[in-house]
Amino acid sequence: MRKCSLEKINEIFAAIAKNAALYLPVDRTDGSAAYKKWEEGTVWSNALNTVRSPKDFFFPQTEDLMRFKTKGKTVQLEDIRTEAEAFVVFGVRACDVKSFDILDRVFLTEPADSFYANRRNHGVIVSLACTRPVETCFCKTFGIDPSAPAGDISAWKTESDIFFEANTEKGKALLHTLSELTEECDDGAVAEQKAKINAVMEKLPLKDLSTKGFGGGKTAELFDAPEWDELSSACLGCGTCTFVCPTCQCYDIKDFNTGNGVIRFRCWDSCMYSDFTKMAHGNNRLTQKERFRQRFMHKLVYYPENNDGLFSCVGCGRCLAKCPISMNIVKVMKKIGGNKGE
Amino acid sequence: MNNVNDTLIPKIGVITDVRIDTPDIKTFRVVTLDGKKAFDHMPGQCAMLSVPGVGEAMFSITSSPTNEEFMEFSIKKCGCVTDWLHQAEVGQQITIRGPYGKPFPVDDVFAGKDLLFIAGGVGLAPLRSVINYCRHYRDRYGKIDIVYGSRSKDDLLDYQEIINEWATDEGVDVHLTIDNPQEGWDGHVGFVPNFVKELGFDTDKVAVLCGPPIMIKFTLDGLCGLGFDKTNVYTTLELRMKCGVGKCGRCNVGAKYVCKDGPVFRCDELDELPDEY
Repeated sequence: MRKCSLEKINEIFAAIAKNAALYLPVDRTDGSAAYKKWEEGTVWSNALNTVRSPKDFFFPQTEDLMRFKTKGKTVQLEDIRTEAEAFVVFGVRACDVKSFDILDRVFLTEPADSFYANRRNHGVIVSLACTRPVETCFCKTFGIDPSAPAGDISAWKTESDIFFEANTEKGKALLHTLSELTEECDDGAVAEQKAKINAVMEKLPLKDLSTKGFGGGKTAELFDAPEWDELSSACLGCGTCTFVCPTCQCYDIKDFNTGNGVIRFRCWDSCMYSDFTKMAHGNNRLTQKERFRQRFMHKLVYYPENNDGLFSCVGCGRCLAKCPISMNIVKVMKKIGGNKGE
Repeated sequence: MNNVNDTLIPKIGVITDVRIDTPDIKTFRVVTLDGKKAFDHMPGQCAMLSVPGVGEAMFSITSSPTNEEFMEFSIKKCGCVTDWLHQAEVGQQITIRGPYGKPFPVDDVFAGKDLLFIAGGVGLAPLRSVINYCRHYRDRYGKIDIVYGSRSKDDLLDYQEIINEWATDEGVDVHLTIDNPQEGWDGHVGFVPNFVKELGFDTDKVAVLCGPPIMIKFTLDGLCGLGFDKTNVYTTLELRMKCGVGKCGRCNVGAKYVCKDGPVFRCDELDELPDEY
């Protein structure tokens, strides 16, 4: 383990940015935080989590896949893929780091998505142990330890210092470039910090939320639960939950005619939208109840069934904070499954 | 980077023949620019065709894998991409990628069995691939029955091929029906599910169904009534798809993705899925 005084944090950032684009959370004027590219003078945010998840780094909201030129009856395809730039995402919380595992299982399963894999191969994740978990946090429900985040390098922040531990070859290589700015240390201060974080976790209102009653093989039991009617009744179908969600990965592919060719692009889509499954011959999810149910059944039953029991939620709490009608996965879990009456 | 394969990046194909099958179905012959088949497939698998600037959509491959020269797609005019394709002429270039999905188990489960194919309307398109595959390897299969129905005589897909080739094959019985009486039609009149019940097949066969959802539902009920076990009945599903490899999330039903776990399903497997297809 290595440490560095927080007074020298900008030197750390400058050293990283010398070799790779560095992205970190920066405060916005409304009190929230967003990932921004670091440049001299950028101030690292102290906020817990960013409004948007870091899934953008690997699976951007929109990206061009290829171009076409059409002339008369002919079609020419242009492969526009290029090697991604080397980049470092700094200060990713434990929940968001876990979301990359969940996305990997979708995009890197054969046949792997080359667009995602390209960014994943060139990105280094420096995580950060939670400094102050809040009342919307429930990562522990999904077995995530906010005091021990994964990533290529794990980091912990105390009042005075920042501590680094490399977990992967990529992480070791990056940490090696910071050896002049950091010094070897024991993990005493980190252990203390971990205990502090875990003590806060014990006080959180959602600490007892459990996944019991959910998981693979529960489709027959949960699909026709009468509670879906009430839970979904106020859903506006705005899709905000899917857009802020670090694990939602449904996408659309569309063509855009530029007037001088065609760009085929991919963009985030949402199972909450009425045209998500609409076909020429009909729609297999006609009501918002069916679309709402799909989102939660996928995260809590279908995904775990296909992925060794891993749930497709990391308890980051973004949907709790952002849903305009205050509906969310916690309410679903409390109404349906093993948390009934809690 | 550009030498890494990505299933989303298609090949360029060219339409080399357009056959008008019915008032709203045309069959397109597609090869690559160098005149070859775009890829190998098995009966029941699908391909993504696109018209750049219009869109991309999934279609079943109606030609048999035993056709080594080209692929065919029977496409009903019913949306943006299909409207555009119906206006396309020979020589038009499009894009093609695939094959996608699980095929019919033609080489193991179907081998040595009597086969019953039941199709309605454009639902014959995916079955034609299996039928012609089984006709090609005729000695591997038992008796073949084909029940096919459509709205009218003019809406019967592949009519010439059915009359001239399938119906004249030894050990192949073709049973056609149309929904309503029509001048010049002396065959059976009535809906497919009832026709299947009237014909009353032995239950020691493998049955393969494809057609509108309502036809599949009633025909399956009819087959079960005749004593068929759902483990011997196969069908192929259709849902909206974008990627074709279980990533875009669109065709997810229960823990399955129709694009990669289907489109071919055994009917008892469908009972395990929520009723959302």
